[in-house]
Amino acid sequence: MDVNPVILKFVYAATVVSVIMGLCSYAVLAERKISSWIQGRVGPNRTSLPLIGGIPLIGKFLTRLGIYQPVPDGLKFLFKEDVVPAHVNKFYFIMAPVIALVPALTTVVVVPFGRFVTEAGEVIPLVLANVNVGLLFLFAISSLGVYGVVLAGWSSNSKYPFLGGIRASAQMISYELAMGVSVLPILIWVNAPGREGTLNLFDIAQAQSGFWFAMWMPVSAIIFLVCLFAETNRLPFDMAESETELVSGFHTEYSSFKFGLFFVGEYAHMVVGSCVFTLLFLGGWNPMPFVTLEALGFGEGILGAILSVGIFSGKMCGMMFFFMWIRWTLPRFRYDQVMKLGWKILLPLSIANLVVYTIFIFYLDTKL
Amino acid sequence: MEVSDFAPVLVQVAFAAGLAGVILTASHLFGQRGSKGIIKNSAYECGIKSEGKTSTRFSVKFYVTAMLFILFDIEVLFLIPWVLVYRDFIANSLPILGPILFFLTVLVVGLVYEIKKGGLDWEK
Amino acid sequence: MTDVFFYIFATAALAGALGVVFSRNTVSGAMCLIGTFLSMASLFVLLEAYFLAVIQVLVYAGAVMVLFLFIIMLLDVKETAAKKASIYTWAASLIGFGILITGVFAISAAVSIKNKAPTMPEASGTSLKAFGYELFTTYLLPMQVTGFLLLIAMIGVIVLSKKVNTE
Repeated sequence: MDVNPVILKFVYAATVVSVIMGLCSYAVLAERKISSWIQGRVGPNRTSLPLIGGIPLIGKFLTRLGIYQPVPDGLKFLFKEDVVPAHVNKFYFIMAPVIALVPALTTVVVVPFGRFVTEAGEVIPLVLANVNVGLLFLFAISSLGVYGVVLAGWSSNSKYPFLGGIRASAQMISYELAMGVSVLPILIWVNAPGREGTLNLFDIAQAQSGFWFAMWMPVSAIIFLVCLFAETNRLPFDMAESETELVSGFHTEYSSFKFGLFFVGEYAHMVVGSCVFTLLFLGGWNPMPFVTLEALGFGEGILGAILSVGIFSGKMCGMMFFFMWIRWTLPRFRYDQVMKLGWKILLPLSIANLVVYTIFIFYLDTKL
Repeated sequence: MEVSDFAPVLVQVAFAAGLAGVILTASHLFGQRGSKGIIKNSAYECGIKSEGKTSTRFSVKFYVTAMLFILFDIEVLFLIPWVLVYRDFIANSLPILGPILFFLTVLVVGLVYEIKKGGLDWEK
Repeated sequence: MTDVFFYIFATAALAGALGVVFSRNTVSGAMCLIGTFLSMASLFVLLEAYFLAVIQVLVYAGAVMVLFLFIIMLLDVKETAAKKASIYTWAASLIGFGILITGVFAISAAVSIKNKAPTMPEASGTSLKAFGYELFTTYLLPMQVTGFLLLIAMIGVIVLSKKVNTE
């Protein structure tokens, strides 16, 4: 391996990480704005930069939108007092946010965000690591995210964080099951006879040039979506920090950017989750069901690649909006309801769904 | 697929860990210095004095959940090689539907047993 | 290049394993074990057994260790004080160490391994479908038996966690 490709890999990684971080900070802004619109408020509209804010019309408009808000939000985290209380286990108290953030940022490597068609007609995914165990890799790495939560709760050495950490981790592992089973019908369908075995998200997205899987397998899509909410600890499943009973859950004792890392990690999970749902069920970069970019004549070259990335990001942002919309629409479940939903409703439902598609695909492949 | 395809994973882990380290250090350096005090150093319990042991014992149900999770997780992992070859087996008319339905039945029996025995009950 | 990474991950795996044995804090021990599992998974990747690597992370690092941590927290295990080793401990460690040394010598001296290594068949893990073919043809019976084993384990969970009603 030369030196150059290594540097190039670092550049790619840096680019992707900074894009994700940027997305996260603007997702926070979007969350604040959307919550304010839903509640009939204005939301952040004061922060402005000295020069750009002075431009007539545009400057005012951008200030109203709160475009600059993420900057002071970040700086505020940076300049807050970094409290490490005396009763905590120092090493794990500091390690926990890192352990929470690293898996969240690592899952991005297998998520393709577009495709590029070469002159020869070869379709290349725009992805950091094009590995054929992609989806399983994603599940594996995101299952490591539990440790950040557990360790934060345990090392805080305090009652509320401890309960929050244990609850959140039990919830996360419970929903992993239904999530795993719900994607199996898709994998059956994608692994058509004769082709190389694949769990790659890129191949799954490319397989949706006709029906999108959300239409083909709606039950899978719904189960996966619900599990996604539970895995990212978003309302109505935010047992980790149900503030009416556990103050703020596993990060009660955290402050400054240590808390900030948990926060960023949560939004990174949300970004990756939206990407994965788009790839699995919403057709990836296909503009419409039965209409591919190639069919519209934008298939090849840089233009096609940019369009595919654009369409994919558009769908992803739509999913992010959906996440926020749900947050301000539904009330929180009780903990026993959450566990009941995961184990007694979603898991049996996903198995039933799998059996139905198993028999259905068997019928399709033998009779047709 | 080659080993080098996994290199970005290593790079990404290193980068993410480095980034987290830098952020935490910066936050430690630039953060305000506050005074230390007994109140700041005690566990947060909504302003009331902390009572009793800090690490409370918790319900055995969490433990049951974790055990069941491992068992079902392994069952699901057995299904993944199956989904990869299912349509191949059908195309070559090898027997696959019967064996897999049998395996799934055993899985469902386990799940039904847990539900009936109340292994998954949380309310009470 | 792969050799360098092999030595890095092998060292990490061994260091993690030693950490499990020597750490006084049980949570540290569990975290070291996770480190070992992750290094093992990396070694599997270097051996081109990608599927196995991912499953190693998913099952051992992602599921089994969560249970370990839950148990440690459930029992509220505190740091254990250094115990004075008894004569049996010393004897057992000596014998264990002897077996280890013998094993290493036996493996490094074995001619058959050295001769056979280059002609080994390609790892079947490189093709994902190979697993499925083997599992549902040659190893169909063991797989179904595993299903029953897991069922028995589920019954075990209930037996362990529920109080026996003697009335």
